Amino acid sequence: MSTNYSLEFKNLQCIRDSRTLFSELNMTVLPNQALILEGDNGSGKTSLLRILCGIRSPDHGEVTWCQQPIKNSSSGFFEEMLYIGHLDGIKRDLTVEENLKVCMGLGKPSEIGISKALDQVGLYGYEDVRSQVLSAGQRRRVALASLLIRHAVLWVLDEPFTALDKTSRAVFENIMNQHVRQGGMIVVTSHHPVQLSAAEVITINLSEQ
Amino acid sequence: MNHSLTQAFWTLLRRDLLLTYRNRAQAINPLLFFVLVIVLFPFGVGPDATLLKAMAPGVIWVAALLSALLSLESIFRSDFDDGFLEQLVLSPHSLSALVLAKVFAHWMISGFPLLVVAPLLGVFLGMQGESIEVLVITLLIGTPVLSLIGAIGVALTVGLRQGGVILALLVFPLYIPVLIFATNAVQMAESGFSVTAQLSILAALFLLSLALAPLPAAAALKMSLS
Repeated sequence: MSTNYSLEFKNLQCIRDSRTLFSELNMTVLPNQALILEGDNGSGKTSLLRILCGIRSPDHGEVTWCQQPIKNSSSGFFEEMLYIGHLDGIKRDLTVEENLKVCMGLGKPSEIGISKALDQVGLYGYEDVRSQVLSAGQRRRVALASLLIRHAVLWVLDEPFTALDKTSRAVFENIMNQHVRQGGMIVVTSHHPVQLSAAEVITINLSEQ
Repeated sequence: MNHSLTQAFWTLLRRDLLLTYRNRAQAINPLLFFVLVIVLFPFGVGPDATLLKAMAPGVIWVAALLSALLSLESIFRSDFDDGFLEQLVLSPHSLSALVLAKVFAHWMISGFPLLVVAPLLGVFLGMQGESIEVLVITLLIGTPVLSLIGAIGVALTVGLRQGGVILALLVFPLYIPVLIFATNAVQMAESGFSVTAQLSILAALFLLSLALAPLPAAAALKMSLS
């Protein structure tokens, strides 16, 4: 991966129902770095994430990728970004493999195949299982496997540890560390402390804004 | 279309068809509704053959319109609810092309079956030979328009909890031209006139909505998500 990627946001402001959640937020995230967003419930973590990945527009300020606004198709932002939100987009009526194949078809596949990715998240042998019968934690792990099978520099993750047990938390922290070590960047919200030893960690606490 | 966009298009189309297959019981509802409305009509208005024959094009087309409306929400609703729509919007491909894949899938599920049963229902209402042929042609050109225009309406209302009524109000005025020209074509064919003009206008409506509907639908989806 090339090292000249950068995610930058300037003077970001978000207003919800005439309440200012945050304003004048500035930050630059570079490869090998991880941005951890902290804050109380309702402090605007998810809103900030949705602004950073382009689902929502900021009320003020702008987000740029490699010095270009992310909405410009020439910035190549959406080719290099993967987002996992509260909702995982996994269809209950499709099997694990079918779900992952759809994810793969929509983006740029990485060199890791579906069975290897499932192996990494501890779901080896679940390819042909309907997602309906998976537990919440297992579904979460399928969503995390969808990060591995696609190529992207930036991962934007909203509470990725929800419903994960201790072992899978450690496994996933490992995966995140590996991603950062390979020159990736991560923006993540979490209520729990995240162990990212490989990354240069930046923390923003939205409650203190 | 570059290679990966083509791949994304087919992936999405296959996914939607597969999902429908897994949910067959629900997917058959619009077709059942279409057949029931038409079959019940003669019981309501009486067995007057000339009256039924005169009403047949209108009845069949109104039933097609209502059954399309019944199935429209399914284009985006479940994907909105489970977060898949976010993944679509954030994919590197053009959202309008992906919307087109979903609309195409919707037409294959809800529009195409109508084409198959319409000739039978036409015979049931006393239509004959050439007018049945014209009926099928109007459905072939007209039902994709219903799916395409409907997609804009659903994209606009998918974020609302009670979007159903607004959807109908938004979409029906735009359906009326299709209804008028399609039924008129079938009536003219029944009386033995040429229907080239009506079919041309229907085809124009189809091409216009094919070219213009995916863009506002994609924009409306982005708006519904933010």
